[in-house]
Amino acid sequence: MNVTVFNRSGISDWILQRASSVIMLAYSLTVASAVIPDTSYEAWSVFMTQTWMRGFSTLALLAMIAHSWIGVWAVLTDYVTVRMLGSLGERLRLFLLVLMGILLLVYLLWGVFIIWGFI
Amino acid sequence: MLQVSLYRYSPETDEAPKMQDFRVDTGGKDLMVLDVLELVKSQLDSSVAYRRSCREGVCGSDGLNMNGKNGLACITPLSEVVKKGKLVIRPLPGLPVIRDLVVDMSLFYAQYEKVEPYLQNDESPPEIERLQTPEDREKLDGLYECILCACCSTSCPSFWWNPERFIGPAGLLQSYRFLADSRDTATQERLSKLEDPFSVFRCHGIQNCASVCPKGLNPTKAIGHIKSMLLSKSN
Ligand code: SF4
Ligand code: SF4
Ligand code: FES
Repeated sequence: MNVTVFNRSGISDWILQRASSVIMLAYSLTVASAVIPDTSYEAWSVFMTQTWMRGFSTLALLAMIAHSWIGVWAVLTDYVTVRMLGSLGERLRLFLLVLMGILLLVYLLWGVFIIWGFI
Repeated sequence: MLQVSLYRYSPETDEAPKMQDFRVDTGGKDLMVLDVLELVKSQLDSSVAYRRSCREGVCGSDGLNMNGKNGLACITPLSEVVKKGKLVIRPLPGLPVIRDLVVDMSLFYAQYEKVEPYLQNDESPPEIERLQTPEDREKLDGLYECILCACCSTSCPSFWWNPERFIGPAGLLQSYRFLADSRDTATQERLSKLEDPFSVFRCHGIQNCASVCPKGLNPTKAIGHIKSMLLSKSN
């Protein structure tokens, strides 16, 4: 059962998985290069609230969500299956995927609120 | 004296598999693992079951797990696998055991069948034969030599977890053998059957397969080529 949003095809998953890791790497390096020279809260705050940085943070958040979804889906379809756990495998996997979906949705909303300063 | 530990299991009579130990006199020679099995069978216990035929690395029937590594028993010298005077022989991992060292290869063959391992060409046949340039022929080297011993697929974790859906290194190597063949015209159809998240993309490139192939073939590399073909097709 392919209970997944990003699962149109193996190719798009594969591309997305790689593209998202490049985005996350670029984001980590950008944040590190801005924060390491000046670790004060003021510098951090000014840097993170620039509009382009807010956009970049949102992009990195989306990349993280896509990356985790594809990764977790792959791990679950390896280990939490009928082959490994009997008929429980199917139900448990569905449950874990829904749980993961809810978690990622919460991260998305929460992250967007933080990044754009709504709270 | 060589300490040999054999996996024994007969599903009809045994509750669980067990290991049985033998002491084998190799006469101080660097025998092949298959020779040792023959010694056990002929001198110590004739009920031991295993497959073999050619005894020279051609038929692919005696793929076994020897001290943790898959290979062909007939062309694996003791000096290559024996550690501390001990040799542990188990069936190929991940496939159902029929008896002792004999596994049921149905899942493996089913995946092989999926890749339609035969030339498909919809053009009208030429008078004599379909020609190929030497360069095009060369593209099949490292692919056509596979003897379907299953050493690679049964060392691949992705195949252990999803043997019904992931084609596995052996099947994919053969898939690429026909994708790369200049005489085959079904390339696009073949590729569209491989696009799903399981058939090819379950391969994570860890190269277990390439490290055990007794023929020195590299399924990981072939899978890489298939992935590139799928990517350029989707653009
Ligand atoms: S690729 Fe090598 S290991 Fe795999 S089935 Fe063929 S010969 Fe055996
Ligand atoms: S490289 Fe791919 S096919 Fe080979 S063992 Fe690893 S996952 Fe399996
Ligand atoms: S017996 Fe034929 S390959 Fe070993």
